[in-house]
Amino acid sequence: MLRYLTRRLLLMIPVLLGITFIVFALLAFAPGSFVSLMLSSGVVNPDAVARIRAELGLNDPWTVRYLHYLGALAHGNLGRSIVFDQPVAQQLVQALPNTLVLTVAATAFALAVSMVAGTVSAVRRNTLLDYAAMLVAVGGVSIPSFWLGLMLLLVFGLGLHWLPIGGGGVTGGVSGGWAFVSHLILPAVTLGAELAALLTRLVRNTLLDVLTEDYIRTARAKGLAGYRVVSRHALKNALLPVITTVGVQFGALLGGAVIIETIYSWPGMGLLTVTAIQQRDLPVVQGAVLVFAMCFVLVVLLTDLMYVAVDPRIHYE
Amino acid sequence: MAGGLQRSRVVRAFLRNRLGVAGGTVLLVCLGSALLAPHLAPYDPYRLDLAHAFQAPTWRHLLGTDNFGRDILSRLIYGSRISLLVGVVVVVFAGSLGTALGLLAGYLGGWLDLALMRVVEICFAFPFLVLVIAIIAVLGPNVVNVIWVLGLVNWPFYARLVRSHVLALRGREYVEVARALGASDARIMLRHILPNSLTPVVVASTFGIPQAILALAALGFLGLGAQPPTPEWGAMVSAGREFIFQDPWLITWPGVCIALVVLSFNFLGDGMRDALDPRAQRV
Repeated sequence: MLRYLTRRLLLMIPVLLGITFIVFALLAFAPGSFVSLMLSSGVVNPDAVARIRAELGLNDPWTVRYLHYLGALAHGNLGRSIVFDQPVAQQLVQALPNTLVLTVAATAFALAVSMVAGTVSAVRRNTLLDYAAMLVAVGGVSIPSFWLGLMLLLVFGLGLHWLPIGGGGVTGGVSGGWAFVSHLILPAVTLGAELAALLTRLVRNTLLDVLTEDYIRTARAKGLAGYRVVSRHALKNALLPVITTVGVQFGALLGGAVIIETIYSWPGMGLLTVTAIQQRDLPVVQGAVLVFAMCFVLVVLLTDLMYVAVDPRIHYE
Repeated sequence: MAGGLQRSRVVRAFLRNRLGVAGGTVLLVCLGSALLAPHLAPYDPYRLDLAHAFQAPTWRHLLGTDNFGRDILSRLIYGSRISLLVGVVVVVFAGSLGTALGLLAGYLGGWLDLALMRVVEICFAFPFLVLVIAIIAVLGPNVVNVIWVLGLVNWPFYARLVRSHVLALRGREYVEVARALGASDARIMLRHILPNSLTPVVVASTFGIPQAILALAALGFLGLGAQPPTPEWGAMVSAGREFIFQDPWLITWPGVCIALVVLSFNFLGDGMRDALDPRAQRV
């Protein structure tokens, strides 16, 4: 296990270098001078531009600048926000917990829905229930998330007044358990809908395969009740592909968060990114992309490790 | 002769799949409306008519009018042009680049393969939409940028797919025979390996087009894709958002169009995969 972990971590080095280089290149090779963006007041004094270019080391070759960028990253320095004139890292630290809460809640929602719906579909195969679940599942991957978000907001927020239409979050100044949860429900459901649809199909098809295995027949022959056979024996084995899919799809979840957070004004990294783009605050965008990618890489690593925990047959040596 | 038989088997297998046929039919209608937009659309999609803004559906305006009094149906019809065009161009761009690179990497191996696979890994390490949004934020929002950024971010997917098939085919006997007969590397790649690796690419493309359409709509919604007054579906939802209370239909119709087209492509893709590769698992 330790050897596997070490090798896995070593293999991450080229990927991390690649990520940082792409993120660096986003701004380094961007058309339009970074400095003229900073001096966006419109009064561009050539002397001032030259001075700032020299101060920021923008006249150095890009290799040197990339190394400087890596050095700054190693010190936790992600640059400064142009609009707010504060460290990008500070803004990201405030936003990150909210995005994590949202994505974890969305994953939990997707898992809960898909476990129930997928199991019911598989056990009641080719019944009306099965068809209904599959129809919703295919619909779930076809409906644009921003549209679903607006529709839920229209119905449950503006129409029925059951749930708040925006705001909230860990750092959003919302106090009390229900207030926090109620703000979280609509964004989490919207974000998790596509994953729920994907996983429902996956759980159903995996279960259908597993249910024909010998050990399931044995369990039934022992006289185990039907639901126990499914819950104790079959679902456990259907879990492995679900874990892989959740890991791979976490990237889509992070991307979706950018859109969902914008709709519900959820104060996470997505809202931060979109706001920064509107204000042309590119250092913030750059920092956010880096943190998004790092989160994804970590989650993929965690899913790989979780494999070992769930399936004792797998040994990484 | 055998090719003809094979083809008719595939066509018959596809036609048995009712959802696939339904999806294909909807898409043909959509393609027709995109091609014939100037003849089908009852109004100019850009013409303002402030006196008749926010109209409910009537015989004059079948789906009503938007906040500028523009005919929504006409805008939706013109919107199908943008969505289909972007979806197809992105997939053709990403698919051919990915196929070419995957073919070279898989067949030639060595440092090229090693380098290419590292690049693919790095691209996969980014949440797809986040990377697209960031690049477009830097380059500036417009449809042309959306097309090539989506293409650039999507090719690794096809490269990895083709590479894995090429690796499997490279050692086959018929390839050995071709080489023994003195066929050049280029000829073996293009005549013997490429045609046999194309089926998964075709199936993947059918699922790639709706992905690109969804991405275009999402970018349009965020203001990073097509810019107003362009009648793009995602941008229309974004514009209608301001009037969500006053006239919820403004955001409803474009969303229905996107969902319908994406759903149809998904059904078509399922049907094509089952018809082309009967052994493939239905997941």
